[in-house]
Amino acid sequence: MGMTLAEKIIARAAKQETVRANDICTVELDLLMSNDGTTHITVDKYNKLKHPRIADVSKLVWIIDHNLPSDSVKTADSHKKMRDFAKEHGITFYEGEGVCHQVMMEHHVRPGQLIFGADSHTCAYGALGAFGTGVGNTDYLYAMVTGTSWVLVPETLRFNLTGKLPDGVYARDLILTIIGQIGANGANYKAMEFGGEGLKTIDMAGRISICNLCVEAGAKTALMEADEVALEYLREHGREPVECFRPDADAVYAKVYDIDLSKIRLIVAKPHFVDNVVPAEEALGIHIDEAFLGSCNNGRIEDLRIGAELIKGRKVHPDVRFLVVPASRSVYEQAVKEGLMEIFMEAGAIICNPNCSVCWGACQGVIGEGETLISTGTRNFKGRCGHRESFVYLGSAATVTASAIAGEITTADRIG
Amino acid sequence: MEQFKGKVWLMGDDIDTDIILPTEYLVFNTIDEMKPYAFSPLRDDIAKELQPGDIIVAGNNFGCGSSREQAPEVVKALGVSCIIAKSFARIFFRNAINNGLLLIENADLADDVKEGDEITVSSGRIEYNGKVYKTASLPENLLEILDAGGLVKAMRKRNGLED
Repeated sequence: MGMTLAEKIIARAAKQETVRANDICTVELDLLMSNDGTTHITVDKYNKLKHPRIADVSKLVWIIDHNLPSDSVKTADSHKKMRDFAKEHGITFYEGEGVCHQVMMEHHVRPGQLIFGADSHTCAYGALGAFGTGVGNTDYLYAMVTGTSWVLVPETLRFNLTGKLPDGVYARDLILTIIGQIGANGANYKAMEFGGEGLKTIDMAGRISICNLCVEAGAKTALMEADEVALEYLREHGREPVECFRPDADAVYAKVYDIDLSKIRLIVAKPHFVDNVVPAEEALGIHIDEAFLGSCNNGRIEDLRIGAELIKGRKVHPDVRFLVVPASRSVYEQAVKEGLMEIFMEAGAIICNPNCSVCWGACQGVIGEGETLISTGTRNFKGRCGHRESFVYLGSAATVTASAIAGEITTADRIG
Repeated sequence: MEQFKGKVWLMGDDIDTDIILPTEYLVFNTIDEMKPYAFSPLRDDIAKELQPGDIIVAGNNFGCGSSREQAPEVVKALGVSCIIAKSFARIFFRNAINNGLLLIENADLADDVKEGDEITVSSGRIEYNGKVYKTASLPENLLEILDAGGLVKAMRKRNGLED
């Protein structure tokens, strides 16, 4: 009986020949990422330990990205606590480099690794064939101190992709379709494994977007084989794989889904759940007050190119604030080089520094009572992006930019 | 597990971490400062009126969303004795156990129980209105953590570092 990708990566981390779904294993972690959403509390908890120590400081990566630059004295204090601790202990530390998951993809993640991140969207690392999973700060602290943790080996849902996405339809539409199909807890405790010929047609930006959002179906992790596309990305960023695992042909899956990419259409997720998806046509004409192009899901250079191409020579609707937030410094630099930022500025967009921005609802761009946002961010929970009586729709970079131009929800092909 | 009783607060499906504790309060330094804002997007009265020993009963996917551990911590700090839901999201599940907050899965209770009613919880079962609802036990490693009052305390105990 063969193993899935998730089982193979856990077996390596547990130093076992084989593991099976529902085994509980003690594993050694390869990397431990934490951001300013919760690290100040981890530091407090660490300082209360009787024998505080860090098992292997080279595995820790701390990133300030959620409230950057600090927006209040309280935030500044919590950042200082995190920054000082990182300096004192020699922890790899980033501030201003970008959204944590994008920074991890650009600088740290390698195929075959098992990574804990104190952030739910850590499952994004599956785009490079690494098992990333989100944990709270107590689990993080335990792993930081011992270098290990326990994991329940997840059952795996397999998604076989065939065909190619139609022009103007993006990976974001695909993953929203899948989440709509299986539901907000459709993959709870499970791994989502993607493969098949169709995957080869999806670039790294699209793959990260897919894996990143899998936690919105409850997934413990998302995984893709590190194929030539992934290895090319890795080479460009100067890294080597730890190990490129392939799922066995006789691996056991909890369920297998066959998805024809050519059938995927433009999708919008309506308030207040990510699985509350409809064909974009059914959301047309909904008034918006703000549009957001950015986040760990859709703030890469590929997304900014889509937005810039669409808005070039056009203007942001006068009633709309259009926030453009590159996912990292390198994305920002590339966008400047390509003239994309000039296009956004001429169109009247508000360009912000790389951070989590309104996607996390506490830093910048939060929306007021009764207001509506269309976003490439990760979530549309009630109150997620501002006032509890506000509304968030999710869509692709193209749909968000088109809506920013129109002042209401629309699709790129409807922009005259 | 010793038997205990508690008053029910009834919630629906997909109670996400932004509802349990909205983002804007995460920057507060202490869980006590966050307490008044728990569940505020749902209803203002919950954090105010919740009494120690009360029990939350909910539908599917309780705790979905963010990895913020402040969510189960604030529920624990409000004195909730346990959460009984049809299912829990996995990060919340781990975080709750790590803070010594008891979680029980049961598929039926949420459909039967009325808010404000009292239920009785004991090992392997819940009693309400003369009816018994069976519940499964947690794995050994999690019971050890729960019994100690959380992961850090469990490790202290295991390493002979009890206060």
